[in-house]
Amino acid sequence: MAGDKVDPTHQFMINEIVPIHIGGLNLSFTNASLFMVATLVVAIGFLYFTTTPRSVVPGRMQSVSELSYEFIASMLREGAGSHGMHFFPMVFSLFMFILTANLLGMVPYFFTITSQIIVTFALALFVIGTVLVYGFYKHGFGFLKVFVPSGVPGILLPLVVAIEIISFLSRPISLSVRLFANMLAGHITLKVFAGFVASLGTMGALGIGGAILPLIMTVALTGLEFLVAFLQAYVFAVLTCMYLNDAVHPGGH
Amino acid sequence: MFVTAAYAQSTTPPEGETPHAAPGDVHTETGVASEGAHGSGVFPPFDQSTFASQLVWLAITFGLFYLLMQKVIMPRIAAILGERHDAIASDLDAASRSKADADAAIASYEQELAAARAKGNAIAASAREAAKVKAAADRAAIEAALNDKIVAAESRIADIKASALADVGAIAEETASAIVEQLLGRDVPRTEIASAVKAAAE
Repeated sequence: MAGDKVDPTHQFMINEIVPIHIGGLNLSFTNASLFMVATLVVAIGFLYFTTTPRSVVPGRMQSVSELSYEFIASMLREGAGSHGMHFFPMVFSLFMFILTANLLGMVPYFFTITSQIIVTFALALFVIGTVLVYGFYKHGFGFLKVFVPSGVPGILLPLVVAIEIISFLSRPISLSVRLFANMLAGHITLKVFAGFVASLGTMGALGIGGAILPLIMTVALTGLEFLVAFLQAYVFAVLTCMYLNDAVHPGGH
Repeated sequence: MFVTAAYAQSTTPPEGETPHAAPGDVHTETGVASEGAHGSGVFPPFDQSTFASQLVWLAITFGLFYLLMQKVIMPRIAAILGERHDAIASDLDAASRSKADADAAIASYEQELAAARAKGNAIAASAREAAKVKAAADRAAIEAALNDKIVAAESRIADIKASALADVGAIAEETASAIVEQLLGRDVPRTEIASAVKAAAE
């Protein structure tokens, strides 16, 4: 990746590893696919092997697994009530998948699958699709109450309903773009500042002195990016809980 | 500068992408293009030729992930948490049982202590009573004996007094006859002296 040219977008390049073409579609196993599989293996492996001791008094690693489980469980219970607990596997899977993908992306030379808009958009559509399907399946046309907040004066109602519909339609976009843009921008920024260190370092003694500043910046940004990696997974899970609350309680504004 | 470059690239895909994507057969070509000349290609995250592959692999991996989470991981963690919850509940039960046992032991101990104390009090009271009765009996017996002695002594005193008083009469008669004999120089009959002494004594 760190070739002769410092191109901050090169890290998002998708390269085919095993070319697969089915019915005119390119379904090749790429580096993105590889890191999806890696995310799957790392997350499942971590959750599986840390809970293998099954000890009543948990060790550190077992605590991490249990805490993340209880963290998402309480988040969903607070966000969508006890009826929302049907969606616990979904929210927990989304959180762990995105968190693991984000953290794997922090490893140098690793591909960040959540920096691909199509991946985050697919995950967001999965959430909104679940909300729509479950909402209409459970409440029929009563689900449309989600667009009609209670306690709004009659004159304002058409305006408020229009705003609600627009906000609902923008949810998959905001949900996916938020995660995508955060991961993309963070990795580009890191690459740019790290690139400054490399290019200033080749410019003699003065350059090495000047390279210290972007180096400090890179270190600080790395810490920030670890925070962002967790925070974006958390935000995605929280918003998923909120949207699922609409599906469970359509009139509960 | 990088951002502007990326922005410039992101505007190109509509022209650059449609001819490639439409035939559907030239994906290796776009792949090569994006691999080789990324500088002039589209911004990678917006490269639509990769979308189908990413979607399929995401569906496979995330689907498998979801299944494994639902079938393996979550029941596992739920079982551990349930076991812990049960263990804590049973420990709390055992603790409260032990506490109840201890309370019962304390209660029975205090009951026994109270009974023993009451028994001790009863023994002391009966002993005190018995001692009191015995003391009273002894005292009564001694008093009775003393009274007998007093009565005997008093009767003796009365006897002695009576005999002494009787002797006093005789002595007075003898003394009186001796005085009269000395005064008158003659003998006075004994009966007269006796009546005179008696009159003087009264």
